[in-house]
Amino acid sequence: MPPFIQTAKIPMDLTLLTIQFMNGLQLGVLLFMLAAGLSLTFGIMDLVNLAHGSFYMAGAFISASIIFWTGSFVWGVLLAIPLVGLLGLVTEFLVIRHLYSRSHLDHVLATFGIILVFDSLVHIFWGSNGISVPLPVWLDGQVEIFTGMVFPTFRLVIIITGLLMAVGLYILVNHTRLGMLIRAGASDRTMVSALGINIQLLFAMVFTLGAVLAAIAGMLIAPITEASIGMGGQIIITAFVVVVIGGVGSMKGAFVAAMLVGLIDTLGRSYLDDLFKLVMSPGAAETAAPAISAMAIYILMAAILAVRPQGLFPPKVR
Amino acid sequence: MMIKKLLAAGIGLAMMTGTALAGEVKIGFITTLTTPAGIIGKDMKKAIELAVEQMGGKMGGLDVNLIIEDDGFKPDIGKQKTDKLVKQDNVDFVAGYIWSHVLLASRKSVLDAGKFLISSNAGPSPIAGKLCNKNFFSTSWQNDQTPMAMGEVLNQKKVKSIYIIAPNYAAGKNIVAGVERTYKGKIVGRDMTRWPQQLDFSAELAKASASGAEAIFIFYPGKAGGAFFKQYEQAGLRGKIPLYSVFTVDSIALGKFQKANMQGVLGSQMTNFWAPDLDTPQNKKFVSAFKKKYGTYPSFYAAQSYDSMFLIKSAVDAVNGDLSKKDEMRAAMRSASFPSVRGKFTYGKNGMPIQNFYLREVTKDADGVWTTRIVSKVYENHQDPYVGECKP
Repeated sequence: MPPFIQTAKIPMDLTLLTIQFMNGLQLGVLLFMLAAGLSLTFGIMDLVNLAHGSFYMAGAFISASIIFWTGSFVWGVLLAIPLVGLLGLVTEFLVIRHLYSRSHLDHVLATFGIILVFDSLVHIFWGSNGISVPLPVWLDGQVEIFTGMVFPTFRLVIIITGLLMAVGLYILVNHTRLGMLIRAGASDRTMVSALGINIQLLFAMVFTLGAVLAAIAGMLIAPITEASIGMGGQIIITAFVVVVIGGVGSMKGAFVAAMLVGLIDTLGRSYLDDLFKLVMSPGAAETAAPAISAMAIYILMAAILAVRPQGLFPPKVR
Repeated sequence: MMIKKLLAAGIGLAMMTGTALAGEVKIGFITTLTTPAGIIGKDMKKAIELAVEQMGGKMGGLDVNLIIEDDGFKPDIGKQKTDKLVKQDNVDFVAGYIWSHVLLASRKSVLDAGKFLISSNAGPSPIAGKLCNKNFFSTSWQNDQTPMAMGEVLNQKKVKSIYIIAPNYAAGKNIVAGVERTYKGKIVGRDMTRWPQQLDFSAELAKASASGAEAIFIFYPGKAGGAFFKQYEQAGLRGKIPLYSVFTVDSIALGKFQKANMQGVLGSQMTNFWAPDLDTPQNKKFVSAFKKKYGTYPSFYAAQSYDSMFLIKSAVDAVNGDLSKKDEMRAAMRSASFPSVRGKFTYGKNGMPIQNFYLREVTKDADGVWTTRIVSKVYENHQDPYVGECKP
């Protein structure tokens, strides 16, 4: 048996750290796209939407099909967005609309049902095998950001898209009439409807916006992993953590928390085992590191909840 | 009072249906049919149904009653389903099991009931060693063996250093232990990732790339494997650091890769005990019938499951359908006299096959379909390293 060569030095070299930082950023913006919609529906409509991840999955599958049909990744994404928006509207009209006046437990039940329906629909239309989504050549390569530092082009595209969407949401929420209503809704729902705002329309729009954001995240992740049944179920838990850390209903909170969670997760995967090796055997460190790094974001959530139960940036006046 | 009577009647009924009907051999088969890993289970299901069909639905004069259950990729559910097969259905054999942690959780239920347990895939080390049992047989391999063969291949290719990335669960640890057992070069880094949630390997690939390793070794069954290959390509590591794998590229994944035109997978090398082009009479019969019936190449999971059915048939045939003769059935299976897709092999005392391992690579067949073909034989009659710990 060969000796396990202990990497004595902690690989702290700057290039690797920068790359890991960008990997964390990429995970962060993806989580933001999911958490933004979740936070909006939870904060404004007081709706616990477990099925948010289903739109993430729907986005991945619908865009994958269009990509294979048109042969173009860009068309796949652009054409899938209105389709997913329609799906969001229909879901809101058929199911979600009837839940607003009901208890959270009913929300959980109904939206869990939606998950099952979406999973079955995907099963019927696309089968249980996932779809591997190809990237066009110009997205499939790498870019050299600094000399010696190469980064996958597509991950860079995800970061840029995510940041642009964050800016877009910032403008929408803070500088438009719709945003004003959204903020007002997050602060005091009853007052907004009392002032004669068509709250039903507002809710439908917010829900659809959230669904589309989640679907875009799904479209962007599919070429990295694949479109598969249940893909939303795994990431939605992390997205809920982001919402709780950031403060329910707050876009700024969702953004900061998503970045925080993305970075902690990625840097934990990158460096935790090396850190553990300083105090325990390599074998134990390698087993413990993924377990602890998986827990890290929950530990962070628990710590933040203990100090600031309302999250980092709660919307003003609740 | 009424309720008590009803209950008693119900229990009585359950017990009656529980006892096997005369003239029937009941085979329980645990696999994964839901979750994305369900695609593996479906391939296995196809193979066992093909096997039973080729047998004319009979073993030793008895009708074959297949009961297929879904473990949902979870050890607790796998155990529940195993209990159901053993206690409620009262099956004679329990076969299947893709996942090592599911098999480890379920083994006791089968073996304590004195029934035969056949693994059609999982081969965790405890079952080959300390927890070995006379009623356990595998038609696959012990987890360490295939990566041990890969370690040997890496030695032959004079690869001086490798970086290992594998999932953090029972099989992942065995696979890593296996390659480290035989590989003589330097292991410059090792990452055990969250299983099965983690599908993004950006951090691990960046570390591997920065480590200066000459090659990367991975083990990612199911959809994680496809994700890894893609991200490896997207990170631009192809042509820089060769990627070697075990149990990651199979016919199920290759169909998807070909559809997405992932050319980088062609030429990729792995070790396995089997390939669709392995030249044995039973394998030719199996592969051609499978392709004819289902239109695709079978995966190694399918090949192993197909073998499971013929192993069971050899036991039932040996006693002419008298399922009470457990000792004779066990002896028949121990002799490994059934026609196997891998050709002639023998069983160790722990019920693990002593068999050949091959290096295989991804290639296009005559019709342009992506498949794997054998490059060379790495091990002849190889036995797992845990058999010494087995005291049956």
